[in-house]
Amino acid sequence: MSTPLLDIRGLTRTFGGGRRWFGPDRAGVHAVQGINLDVARGDTLGIVGESGCGKSTLARLLVGLDTPSGGTIHYAGDDLQQLRAQDRHALARRIQYVFQDPLSSLNPRKRIRDILAAPLRYLRGLEGQALEYRLGELMEVVNLRPEFIARYPHEFSGGQAQRIGIARALAADPELLVLDEPVSALDVSIQAQVLQLLRRLKAEFDLTYLFISHDLSVVETISNRIAVMYFGRLIEQAPTRQLFHAPAHPYTRVLLDSAPIPGGPPIKAEEGEAELPDPLSPPPGCAFAPRCPRAQDDCRHTVPPLDNLVAGKDHLAACFHPIEGPWQRIATQSAQER
Amino acid sequence: MMTFITLIARNRLAAFGGVMLLLIVLLVLITPWLPLADPNITETANRLMPPLSDGHPLGTDALGRDILSRLLWGTRISLAVGVAASLVAALIGSMIGIVAGYFGGRTDNTLMRGIDMLMAFPYILLALAIVAVLGPGLMNALYAIAIVNIPFFARNIRGVTVGIAHREFIDAARLSGKGNLRILASEILPNVLPVIVITMSTTVGWMILETAGLSFLGLGAQPPQADLGSMLGEGRKMMLNAPHVATVPGLMIFLVVMSINLLGDGIRDALDPRLKSGALSRPAPFTRIRRRHKPLPDPTNDDALLSVENLQTDFEVGHDTYQAVNGVSFAIQPNECLGLVGESGSGKSVTALSLLGLVASPPGVITDGRVALAGRDLLDLPHGDIRRLRGRDVSYVFQDPLATLHPLFRVGDQLVEAIRQHQPMSRADARTRAVSLLGQVRIPNPAHRAEQYPHELSGGMRQRVGIAMALANDPQLIIADEPTTALDVTVQAQILALIQNLRREKGTAVLFITHDFGVVSQICDRVAVMYAGRIVEIGPTKTILETPRHPYTRRLIDCVPRLGEPDNEPVAIPGLPPAADALPEGCAFAERCDLAEDACRQGNIELIATDTDRQVRCIKPLGIPTPSPQGVTR
Repeated sequence: MSTPLLDIRGLTRTFGGGRRWFGPDRAGVHAVQGINLDVARGDTLGIVGESGCGKSTLARLLVGLDTPSGGTIHYAGDDLQQLRAQDRHALARRIQYVFQDPLSSLNPRKRIRDILAAPLRYLRGLEGQALEYRLGELMEVVNLRPEFIARYPHEFSGGQAQRIGIARALAADPELLVLDEPVSALDVSIQAQVLQLLRRLKAEFDLTYLFISHDLSVVETISNRIAVMYFGRLIEQAPTRQLFHAPAHPYTRVLLDSAPIPGGPPIKAEEGEAELPDPLSPPPGCAFAPRCPRAQDDCRHTVPPLDNLVAGKDHLAACFHPIEGPWQRIATQSAQER
Repeated sequence: MMTFITLIARNRLAAFGGVMLLLIVLLVLITPWLPLADPNITETANRLMPPLSDGHPLGTDALGRDILSRLLWGTRISLAVGVAASLVAALIGSMIGIVAGYFGGRTDNTLMRGIDMLMAFPYILLALAIVAVLGPGLMNALYAIAIVNIPFFARNIRGVTVGIAHREFIDAARLSGKGNLRILASEILPNVLPVIVITMSTTVGWMILETAGLSFLGLGAQPPQADLGSMLGEGRKMMLNAPHVATVPGLMIFLVVMSINLLGDGIRDALDPRLKSGALSRPAPFTRIRRRHKPLPDPTNDDALLSVENLQTDFEVGHDTYQAVNGVSFAIQPNECLGLVGESGSGKSVTALSLLGLVASPPGVITDGRVALAGRDLLDLPHGDIRRLRGRDVSYVFQDPLATLHPLFRVGDQLVEAIRQHQPMSRADARTRAVSLLGQVRIPNPAHRAEQYPHELSGGMRQRVGIAMALANDPQLIIADEPTTALDVTVQAQILALIQNLRREKGTAVLFITHDFGVVSQICDRVAVMYAGRIVEIGPTKTILETPRHPYTRRLIDCVPRLGEPDNEPVAIPGLPPAADALPEGCAFAERCDLAEDACRQGNIELIATDTDRQVRCIKPLGIPTPSPQGVTR
């Protein structure tokens, strides 16, 4: 593999905490903790996790909306923080972001023209004729009628608004798009439209995607690599087919077992509480251990590192006792708690 | 802009205030060209002439000056000073507020503590002190009034800005390459402008009063210049022998301030988005029912627990009628779970809310149909009876438990209330029952959890409390409106399992509303697919998922990405559903259907039976060569 487009090492973001005038220092909340991740040019990396696992924080760190507390991000060899410091716009020209809620990411008092023109003007320095031409091009690229450009965001449906959000991200001509749950707020029929559009744009503009979602089936259709997050850490990473064929981490299996498939076998519900640990006093070992049916003593004492399962094979898991063998939902087990 | 004016005009009082203010402003604007006596020429021979005297329609004051002339010139100055002061206060105050709210942190702290210091002094004393330092005079009074009103703007605008500064479109603007100044000016300002206008419109009147107050004390306008306050001050000395000298400016102050305040309230109501969305129009506790005739019960539904026949619910907004539910019929047998599936706007939630008259009215109206619970038509019952049914025979579980649980009461107390509403039970007994309910929904350590507030529970736990509350009175039917949509998949799996178990143990029937076919196939015995306010297909879940008859059902299933089948690419449905105020003739899906022909766009397409237990609203159902001619017409 050549140098990755995105090279993340030990990325950490802590919220809150700090010194107090009296008493002991306050504990911070680790939203993202020691993440190592490579994204190759042209990849679509899916990042999966449930609410509170830190996937949105990771996204914000990548596009520079937030600053890491520790660790580094290198983009095509350049340090991201240096890039940000040198030129406010340099990062935004390379990495762009698509928001989850299409309507709240569009200023309600601005016309689509103004929303799309901003990145063209400030990031690409376009004016006059060239700007107009590019605006028309953008609307065409995301399949919106050219006359829509004079309208206000509230006149659009969710799917159309999301396409405007995508057009805005594309306006800066980026190489990497960070898509933060881009289809979660949309109806299924619209969801499929937007996924199709994203797939086409990727091929057309040679984009690299970081696709964040809580929905395994959506991530599966669009990604060629998947990373699973739990409680601020990456716990498993593999090519999509490998991951769905033989998920190694018990949490990944729980996720797969819980996702209902239309007409599919019954889902399995976890026994006990399906809750995250208290972020202010995280367990010393693996964060999943309290929920894990396979947890042993070593899991409760040390955090398992994200390692290759089998040397030479491209499948990483952060587990001392990974599950082997292919995954198959047990069809005989019904969805009930015992 | 036009809608804004019509909104104001619809508010009678505001319109009255606006017209009055317009007249006054016009009058003072043309004052220099009116044939009036010079306001400052004294004529001691004609002192204290009463109103309606020759040449002096409003009389003269102690120095023989024409009161009408002084009144108009004085109003001109008072208005100008009041408006100028509020503009200055608005400009500086809003600037401080926007900057403090946007940057937050230390900037916010420094600026707002400064504002707090201004507010620590009594209002009018501070103004007096400022004038005392600057010396009396109209301009200084203006500064004083402006300064004491800055905190009012700064605090209001800061609050609004803080709310906007964390919205996603601000992040988006930042990623579009806009700097802080640009974001302040072009993203935040347009969104706080209405609030600035509202704040101004409600303070201008107050500032005119304050200016008048300072002039009254002799600190504002200096003689011989007239403004309303100083005229009032001069007239005060001869209140008994020449009351008109004080009464006339007093009346003018009253008129000006009243008209400004009336108009200001109108502007506030028209601009405030919360008021515009109808938050202040209290919906009735029951949906309005306007059926032209009472439909006869359908005999095929005799043994059903709940039968809904040809239900129609409209939203009437102004002159538009939105047909949200457009002739929906279905039946639920005891202990059955019926799924109601559809995309947003398909009318599934409105259907559910219509059953017990929970659709907000206005704008909702039930215009036709029958909702029978064990044979009784619920739309025919008096309100008291419906209220006794709600939560006892039929209960709801909503999507967002954080929104449906009261944030200020412990969950145990809320359960006790739900129980005691319908069952005569002592508080202690109800408490025991509440704890046992929490246990039934598998909440660990229920006695302890009952003492907690909703925000102390996780999303999954809150939804369990919501389900416990729905179970409180052993209902025959639970209506669950997207109960797992806001939850993570692992929690969703647990909640679905819980609902299944409760159904088995208690024999409750469930109407399960969702957009997710995966969830439907886990939990529902039968499923009804809704599109544009109508059921397009209904039947047993398994057969519908395997062999959908309606093209919409087929395509909706095809859009769902299926876990474990990455090659099976989801196929999008082109286009959008029709608008609910312009439903097309014939099949509402025809526009998006690749099998549509001319006949699909004509007449009313009925729900027809294709198999013994299935019905579909399509003239050429999939997988059936010719539809059975004797369709069940509903």
